[in-house]
Amino acid sequence: MADVILRNISKRFGAIEAVRELSLAVNDGDFLVLLGPSGAGKTTTLRLITGLEQPDSGSVMINGRDVTLDPPGSRDIAFVFQQYSLYPHLTVYDNLAFPLRSPARRVPEPVIRKRVEQTAELLHIASKLNNRATRLSGGEMQRVAIGRALVRDPSIYLMDEPLSSLDAKLRAELRLELKRIQLELGATVLYVTHDQVEAMTMATRIGVIRDGRLLQIGTPREIYENPTDSYVASRLGTPQINLLPARVLSEIALPAGTETVGVRTEHLQLAARNGGPLVGRVHRVEHLGEQNHVHLDYKGQMLVTLADPREALQAGQEIELHLMHPLYFDGAGQRIPAATH
Amino acid sequence: MAQIRVENLRKSFDQFTAVEGSNFTIDDGTFFAMLGPSGCGKTTTLRMIAGLELPTEGKILLDGKDVTFDRASARDIAFVFQLFALYPHMNVAGNIGFPLKCQGMGRREIRQRVEETARLLRIEHLLSSKTSKLSGGDRQRVALGRAMVRRPKAFLMDEPLGALDAEFRHLMCGELRDLHDRIGATTIYVTHDQLEAMSMADQIAVMNKGRVEQISSPQEIYDRPASMFVADFIGSPPMNFLRFEGGLHCGDRAISFHDTDIIVPEIREDRASAPLVLGVRPEHIRFTDAAPVRGEVFGAEYLGTTQIVTVDTAHGRVAARLPSAMPVRVGETVGLEFHSERLALFDAGSGLAIRTANGGGVRHG
Repeated sequence: MADVILRNISKRFGAIEAVRELSLAVNDGDFLVLLGPSGAGKTTTLRLITGLEQPDSGSVMINGRDVTLDPPGSRDIAFVFQQYSLYPHLTVYDNLAFPLRSPARRVPEPVIRKRVEQTAELLHIASKLNNRATRLSGGEMQRVAIGRALVRDPSIYLMDEPLSSLDAKLRAELRLELKRIQLELGATVLYVTHDQVEAMTMATRIGVIRDGRLLQIGTPREIYENPTDSYVASRLGTPQINLLPARVLSEIALPAGTETVGVRTEHLQLAARNGGPLVGRVHRVEHLGEQNHVHLDYKGQMLVTLADPREALQAGQEIELHLMHPLYFDGAGQRIPAATH
Repeated sequence: MAQIRVENLRKSFDQFTAVEGSNFTIDDGTFFAMLGPSGCGKTTTLRMIAGLELPTEGKILLDGKDVTFDRASARDIAFVFQLFALYPHMNVAGNIGFPLKCQGMGRREIRQRVEETARLLRIEHLLSSKTSKLSGGDRQRVALGRAMVRRPKAFLMDEPLGALDAEFRHLMCGELRDLHDRIGATTIYVTHDQLEAMSMADQIAVMNKGRVEQISSPQEIYDRPASMFVADFIGSPPMNFLRFEGGLHCGDRAISFHDTDIIVPEIREDRASAPLVLGVRPEHIRFTDAAPVRGEVFGAEYLGTTQIVTVDTAHGRVAARLPSAMPVRVGETVGLEFHSERLALFDAGSGLAIRTANGGGVRHG
């Protein structure tokens, strides 16, 4: 295992700047997740690391060695794609053994057997080794695809939305499995996704990426609790953070330059009217089982907050709002530190 | 506006029974969701109500009138498929007005109706725009407008938001429900996404293998599931199932769970000893050192406000929803305490809920 460093990488496709001056270090044992919408430059970044694309400028270092101009085959990387592409005519065993049987590697068959069996054990597919790859469920196929990367012992595993073609239940299961395997192996992983839940639940660190730029990098908790700009704040958390224009909050003191105030749903608290300055009206109460989402109208702005399902709230009711831990952003969306209290 | 009633509705395709003997009434103005996995019969039921499929048996009544064998066009129902199919060569007004033009309605009246529909959908400013220039959300509004413009008695929608990503889907759910509140038309909405159903519906029918397992309000379905299937299908992560063996007596307030007593809502029926299941929602679990049900932490998933902590116990893997501020270490041993009043019990054989003070024993369909 090893670390991967990107220095000021840029890549342009015609008029489109896919990746702009991106610098990033994936440390040994890191599970780094690049989170961003489609077109943000996530997949291009992965392809630049593999050598499937060449950067226009900047360098890629793997294990302290500059590999920017090396061909993909010599980079010691394993890649897991979104679509599991298994060899349908081979058994699970042969699919897993395939990367080790490459003529360039010359791994002796007993060693292959050992690696394949260990990997199958790790992925809980040991009982399926003799099955044809096509006779597996979707989740099992994706495990085999991940397993094919794991049988090798590369410097880094690159994963491009490997769970996105699975249904919700399977995705939740494999999230846990993947995290467990990464911890057990101490593997270094760079994983890209547009799914914030995958990022929050698996990452040791998240890099939020947009328009080819890395906006913020940190632990899930840092990114969630301490976003540096309003886009990052809105990228994490369901329901999304409430973003209010400062002009509707003239009743309360805001730091100079504040244009937008962000309040996470769990920090927007409701109380019966009691002379407080912020009064909203309940628009709709959404019952989602373990909690209610209360949609509020505050001076024409739609806000969402969480409430206990047993709390009696009626559409049309007037209610007092209290903002806990508000986040302040300037006109460019940059975070303004709160005044010291 | 309309009441829709379905009596003993059954549909088989050769050997395969897609829908078996459904009975339900959807009151005027209700937003009714049919929820279930693919192949559960929800779309077939919807297509029979629309008149796109003839039932093998049973009746469909629209406002008390038997329409079982009426053609789709005679039913005064609008069917909304994937919301994105628009005519690219027409502008927004042309798209919305198209169904009226087909009916041969006069120009002035069409214009009036189109404007009124656009007002309801809040897209008046887009009427002369090309559809290819619209955002995804606006395209959906236009498609919806095309269904609304005929002023049908009811809307039938088959996974209309299926193609959208999760966050946008939830936003559109809010919008569809708002629209429903403004026009109040009876709506049947088919989906496999529990969040969509919970978010919008007044009533949810949960379907499994051609049968309706439960019809209730979203909160009722969540709090008092009629079967293990329903309990598992609703909620994310779903309800935990802990298996045990035992007998039950009416009036019992505790169960003997693998030699420890667990307090449960008062039992309302007698049961001879049999395999049973204790159902626990993730948010009804707390970690307490002294609790007799113990396990080892397998993983902790940070979600911002809360975290989902997975614990391997002797009775299977259990997911607990805990405050994210609580420190949890993978591998540590923890005791699980359950929120007694909110527990559910099921018969492991039939999967049906056992009657307790907290519900159970409800059957529909």
